[in-house]
Amino acid sequence: MRFSFPRMLKEALNGNAGWPEQWRSPEPKASYDAIIVGAGGHGLATAYYMAKEHGMRNIAVLEKGWLGGGNTGRNTTIIRSNYLWEESEALYEHAMKLWQDLSLELNYNVMYSPRGVLMLAHNVHDVQVFKRHVHANRLAGIDNEWLTAEEAKAFCPILNIDPDVRYPIIGAALQRRGGTARHDAVAWGYARAASAMGVDIIQNCEVRNILRGPDGAVTGVETTRGVIRSKKIGVVAAGHSSVLMQMANVSMPLESYPLQALVSEPIKPIMPCVVMSNTIHAYMSQSDKGELVIGAGTDAYTSYSQTGGLHIATHTLEAICELFPVVRRLRMLRNWGGIVDVTPDRSPIIGKTPVAGLFVNCGWGTGGFKATPGSGHIFAHTVVTGEPHKIAAPFTLDRFRTGRLIDEAAAAAVAH
Amino acid sequence: MLLIRCPYCEMERPELEFRYGGEAHVVRAAEPETIGDEAWGQFLYLRSNPKGLHAERWRHTNGCGRFFNCLRDTVTDRIFVTYKAGEPRPELAS
Repeated sequence: MRFSFPRMLKEALNGNAGWPEQWRSPEPKASYDAIIVGAGGHGLATAYYMAKEHGMRNIAVLEKGWLGGGNTGRNTTIIRSNYLWEESEALYEHAMKLWQDLSLELNYNVMYSPRGVLMLAHNVHDVQVFKRHVHANRLAGIDNEWLTAEEAKAFCPILNIDPDVRYPIIGAALQRRGGTARHDAVAWGYARAASAMGVDIIQNCEVRNILRGPDGAVTGVETTRGVIRSKKIGVVAAGHSSVLMQMANVSMPLESYPLQALVSEPIKPIMPCVVMSNTIHAYMSQSDKGELVIGAGTDAYTSYSQTGGLHIATHTLEAICELFPVVRRLRMLRNWGGIVDVTPDRSPIIGKTPVAGLFVNCGWGTGGFKATPGSGHIFAHTVVTGEPHKIAAPFTLDRFRTGRLIDEAAAAAVAH
Repeated sequence: MLLIRCPYCEMERPELEFRYGGEAHVVRAAEPETIGDEAWGQFLYLRSNPKGLHAERWRHTNGCGRFFNCLRDTVTDRIFVTYKAGEPRPELAS
């Protein structure tokens, strides 16, 4: 089924009773050519590009809960590509280019909105770091510009640029092509398009063990819905990557932390862009429903609890109230946490593992949503061909042995 | 917020008084010049990151300032026991 204006008109007259299910819910087959573990945005995008670009059809995407119910449905949907190092620029810019036509390609409105991402500088260090980013990005052909505090306020009028506050705003970096997309729609759009090409999306199917043959290569997975055989397994499990990889006796350079977000009650449009502040750790944008979407920091300690400490959210709200005094009397509707898998250099791991047939795409930490299409695209290439895509090549698991880290942590603070 | 018992101060204090110190019992090689890249990579970067019982270091930064270890369940965040640095990881009675 294709979405189109005539179809919409027809269904509207018909009381919207004729819309079919957007993807199939098949029983798992005994074996597949490839299995992707994790039906979040990255996993579904991987399956989609494996089918579309590489002609593979006999693929299963296994999900322990429901589709897009992990970090895909829990993040604050920020998209940008103004990273410091060339490797990261190539990676995130690849995703940025795919975002631009994604709704058309999937025939599904992912509500990509390049409304601009403003990153606030509060001290001399921030100014130096952001200007360095602006110049590095300019050299790579990625848009990113420096704004004075007044220019930042002109771009986002509700900003408080009063110098007489705890962390005054003294400038900002703006990526105009940055913005947001509807996170659920991204998962649904990829699921729908992948399913239409024959990919089996199997929800409520938790992987309990990764099976290996006498030569050490993977032979399949043991799940809550039985054993499923495959010679290629791609693990795209975000916060649970360590747990899954341990099933194949692979230790990972990952730690899983709860990361929180909140939304306010919906209000009329007050905010034209995304604003991030790495220094006081708060970011905010307004959804098309009118809710203010607010991202907080990670907890201090590793956890799989999917909730964060209240003092972390409080700390963020204090910062938000200072940056945007106009929102002080708003009530918060919901507060939740997701489990993010953080690598020592804050860059993802995309590629092969020491186990034959086992591939991994993880370590996206606090900022994986923006990379969803690009991540799926290059990981699909990696799984199908068995060799890393050239953009993925630097992001190997092996870099934690060789020491060739891609150290975005020191360069870009916590929020990616 | 966690309530953490400092084994030196022998008091249960709020998490804000402490600083998390990562996985416990990760031991640096006694003769670092003798080990290779593989072992260095493991020591520096590989972590068990378990879903369940986790041995971890904490430092009572706004108290006695000392490091100690802690056994915590990473699913429920329940702390089972804290113990002094240098002591072996205790066995929990199930």
